[in-house]
Amino acid sequence: MRRYFGRKILIYLLTFFLAVTIDWLIPRFMPGNPVQNMLARVALHPEAAEALRSYFTKAFGLDVPLWQQYLNFWIALFHGDLGISVYMFPTPVAEVLKRAVPYDLFLLIPSILLSWWAGNKFGAFAARSKWLDNTILPLSYILTATPYMWLGILLAWFFGIVLGWFPIAGAYSFSLRPSLTLAFIGSVFHHWFLPFASLFLVDFGGWAIGMRNMIIYELEADYSHYLAALGAPQKLIRKYAFNNAVLPQITGLALKLGVVVAGALVTEVVFSYPGIGYLLLAAIQNQDYFLIQGCFLFIIIGVLLANFLIDIVYVLVDPRTRRGMTGETA
Amino acid sequence: MNAPKKKNEALYFALRNKKLLAGFSIILVFLLLALVGPALTPNEPFDYVNPLGPAAPSAQYWFGTTFFGQDVFSQFVYGLRATFIVGLIGGGLGTLLGMLIGFIAGYRGGMLDEILNAFTNIVLVIPTLAVLLIIAAYLEVRSIATECIFIGLTAWPWAARAIRAQTFSLRTRDFVDLARMSGVSSTKIIFQEIAPNMMSYLLLVFILQFGGAILTAATLDFIGLGPTNAISLGLMMQYAVLWGALQLGIWWWFVPPGLAITAIVGSLYIMNVGLDEVFNPKLREM
Amino acid sequence: MGLQVENLTLYYQTLRGDVHALENVTFTIDDGEIMGLAGESGCGKTTLAHGLISLAPPMKYISGKILLDGEALPIWDSRKMDAFRFRKISIIPQYAMNAMNPIRKIGKMIEELLSAKKVDYQALLPELKRRLDLVKLPHDVLNMYPIELSGGMKQRMVMVISSLLNPSLLIADEITSALDVSSQKAVAEMLVEFRNQGYCKSALVITHDISILYQLADSILIMYAGQLVEKGPTAEIIHNPRHPYTKLLISSLPEIGVKYAERKLNGIPGKPPLLLDPPAGCRFRERCPLAFDKCYQVPPFVEVSAGHFIACWKETDGHA
Repeated sequence: MRRYFGRKILIYLLTFFLAVTIDWLIPRFMPGNPVQNMLARVALHPEAAEALRSYFTKAFGLDVPLWQQYLNFWIALFHGDLGISVYMFPTPVAEVLKRAVPYDLFLLIPSILLSWWAGNKFGAFAARSKWLDNTILPLSYILTATPYMWLGILLAWFFGIVLGWFPIAGAYSFSLRPSLTLAFIGSVFHHWFLPFASLFLVDFGGWAIGMRNMIIYELEADYSHYLAALGAPQKLIRKYAFNNAVLPQITGLALKLGVVVAGALVTEVVFSYPGIGYLLLAAIQNQDYFLIQGCFLFIIIGVLLANFLIDIVYVLVDPRTRRGMTGETA
Repeated sequence: MNAPKKKNEALYFALRNKKLLAGFSIILVFLLLALVGPALTPNEPFDYVNPLGPAAPSAQYWFGTTFFGQDVFSQFVYGLRATFIVGLIGGGLGTLLGMLIGFIAGYRGGMLDEILNAFTNIVLVIPTLAVLLIIAAYLEVRSIATECIFIGLTAWPWAARAIRAQTFSLRTRDFVDLARMSGVSSTKIIFQEIAPNMMSYLLLVFILQFGGAILTAATLDFIGLGPTNAISLGLMMQYAVLWGALQLGIWWWFVPPGLAITAIVGSLYIMNVGLDEVFNPKLREM
Repeated sequence: MGLQVENLTLYYQTLRGDVHALENVTFTIDDGEIMGLAGESGCGKTTLAHGLISLAPPMKYISGKILLDGEALPIWDSRKMDAFRFRKISIIPQYAMNAMNPIRKIGKMIEELLSAKKVDYQALLPELKRRLDLVKLPHDVLNMYPIELSGGMKQRMVMVISSLLNPSLLIADEITSALDVSSQKAVAEMLVEFRNQGYCKSALVITHDISILYQLADSILIMYAGQLVEKGPTAEIIHNPRHPYTKLLISSLPEIGVKYAERKLNGIPGKPPLLLDPPAGCRFRERCPLAFDKCYQVPPFVEVSAGHFIACWKETDGHA
C-alpha cells in the first residue's frame, strides 16, 4: 500500500509541477500588454502615463528577466501570494478567488456526489429488469450526449423565462445583502437550483450507463454463477454484483473530474453564476495575467486534491488494495 | 443453414443490428444536411437578410432569423459542416495519437511503458479545457483547423489508456508468442497480428473520440474561443445567449444547434453499443 | 433412492438451430455411490451437470424425468429448484478458483449465503470448522479474502462450502483439472472422505481424466456426443471395457512402465460429430471400427451383467 500511495503522490507532484509551469508560461504568450490595457482605461497625459507604466511594471514584477519571474512565482506561491488582479485592481488575486470559490464548491460538490449516487442506483435498477432498462437507458444516453451548456440554456429558458419559476442570473437576488436570514438563504437556493440541476442531469446519464454495464458484467462473473447454483436469492447476487461494480465507478469519478469542472465552467457562464468559471472568462476578456493564473491554479489544485481524496476512498473500500495486492481495478 | 463466412460475418450482423442502423441513419441524415444544406439556401450565415430582426420560423425562413436578422437555417447547415469536420479531424487526431502511445506502451512494456503511462496519467488529470482555454485565448485568429489540432492534442489520453490495455491483453495471447518465436520482427507483429484484432476496438475508440471532440468544440465555441472566421453550432448558442435570446424568447436560435449536437453525439454512442454487439458474439441478442 | 434420471433430453438454442447436447439419457446413482462421468470434450458431461442444477438459457429442457431421493426435481423451473439447490443437490463448479466474491471475507460470505437460505450460521460454525480441519485449512481462513488463498486452498474451501448442508447429491465438475498431481490425489481422497463422513450421500464426479476416477469412483459412466455409451463398476470399465469406444479410450491412456519406443500410443482417429445436426443412430458409428448397418438405429442402454450397462448393437445383439 505504501508503494501504491507513494506512486500516486509522485504523479500528483509531477502533475502539479508541470501544470503550474504551463500555467505560468502560457498567459505570458498572450498578445497585448496588461499594463497597457489598464492604462488605456484611463485617459492620461503621456508623461503621467509613462510614470504610471513604470510603476505598474515594477508592481507586477514584469521588469525582471523571464527566469526570475518564474522563480518569483514559485516563491510567491508558497507564500499564498498570487499577485494582484489587473481586472479588479487593486484587489489581490487570492482575494478575488476566495470570493468565487465557495460558489463553485456549492455547485460542484452536491452535483457530483448526488449525480454519482443517483446514477449508480438507477443504473443498477436498469440492469434488473428489461422494462426499466428500456426506459432508463435511452434517457441516460440522451442526457450524457447533451452538451452541458445546452441543457443549461434549455432549463434557463423553460423554467426561468417561460414558466418564470426560477431566476437565471447571479447567486442571489440583487436586492438582498448576504445575511443569515431565511429570505437570503432561500434566494441562494432559488438561484442555485437550475445550474445545479443542469450539471446533475448530464452527469447522471453517464453514471447510469456505466453502472448498468458494470452490473451486467458482474452478473456474468463466476461468483455470481456460483451463488445462483447454490440457490441464493437474487437479492444477494445483486448486492454482491453492486458492491463489485461500484469500485470501477469510484475510479471513474476521479477520471471524470476534469470534464465535470469544464461543465461547471460553461454552466456558470449561462447562468452568470459568480464562480471561478465566470471569473476565468472575464479574466481572459480583460487579459488579466494574474487572475488567469490564479483561476487555472485553483482548478488544478482542486482537481488534484479531489483525485487524491478519491484514491484514499478507493483504498478504504477495496479490501484487495489493503492486503497489498493489486491497485485499482480500472 | 450454413453459417456466414468469417469475413462477412461482421457485415452480416452489422446490417441486422437495430442500434447500429438507427444511430447510423440519424448521423447520415445530419451529414446529408451538412453537405447539401448550404445549397438549399441562398443566404450566407452572417448575411443580414431580415430587416425586421428576429422572426419565428416560417415558410420563408425555415428556422427563423436571429436577433440581427440572420438566417438561422443557413447558420445551422454551415455550422453542421464545422461540427463534422472537427469531429472527424479532432477525433481522428486524438485516436491516432492515442494509438501511437497506447500501442507502444502496451506492446513494449517495461520502462517505456512506465514513462508513457505516467505521462498519460499526468495529461489525463489536468483539466484539458482549462489548458485549451489558455492556449486558444493566445491566438488572435482561430480557424477550424487549429481547433481540430488543439482538441486532438488534448483528447488522446483516453484513447491511449484504452488501447494500451487492449494491446496488453493481446500481447500475451498465444498467437503473438507464436509469431515472436518464429522470429517475426516487432513491427511486423504489431501490424500483422495485433492490429487486425484491434481494428474493431479502434473503430469503437474512434467513434467515442468523434463524439467527444464535438462536445469539446461546442464548449470551446460557447466560451468564445471557437473559430473567429466561421460559424459553428457552439457559436450559434453563444451568440444566442449573449444577445438575450433567452429573455426575448428567440428559441429557434438556440434549440436547433443544441438539438443537433445531442442527436449526433447520442447516435454515435448508440452506434458504439451496436458495434460492440456486432463484434462481440456474447452480447448478441438471440 | 439416490438419483434416478430417465430419458433426459437437453438442447442448446443457438442462432443456427438447436444443438442436441444430451439425448435420452437414463441412469441411476445409488445412495453412497460415487459415480464418475467421463468422455471427450463436448460429449455432454458438463451439460448434464449444469442441466441438473442450473438449467438456464441457452440450455433448453426438452423432456425427461429426474428423481432425487424419490422426489421429483423440477429442473425446468428455476424458481422451484432454489429450494433444492445447496440443500439436496449441490455443485463444486469448474471455476472454483473464482467462485467466491473477491471483496468479501470468506466467513462473511458464508454467513450471508446461509442466512439468505434461512440457515443459522452460528449454529453451523462448529461443524464448518470441523470440515475445515478435514480439508486441512486453518480456521483463520474465514477471516481472509479469497485473494489471500492459493488455488488449491480456494478449491478446498469451495468443496467445503458446497457440501456444507449435506446434500444428497454432490456434483464435482472437473475439480482436479487445474491442480498438480499430488494435489489431485489429496482432493480425490477428500471427496471420498466427504462421502464416508456423510457430508454428501452420493456424488457425480465429472472429468476427462479417467485415471482420477480409478482412484475415487465406485462406478464410471462414459458418454459420447450426448449419448450414454457404457456404465459399470470402476474395475470393470478400466480392466474389462465392453464398448468399442471405451476400449479405445482406455487403451489410449499412457501406462507407467511402458516405453513408447516399443508400443505406439493409440489415439482414436477422427472427430466427434457436430451436434447441430447429429448423425442418425449411434453417434460413434462413423469412428467405430466395428460399425455395421444396424448401427443406424440408436442402440438401447441395456444391462449386460450386474450393474454393467452398454449401448452397442455388436455387444448386445447376442442378448435378448
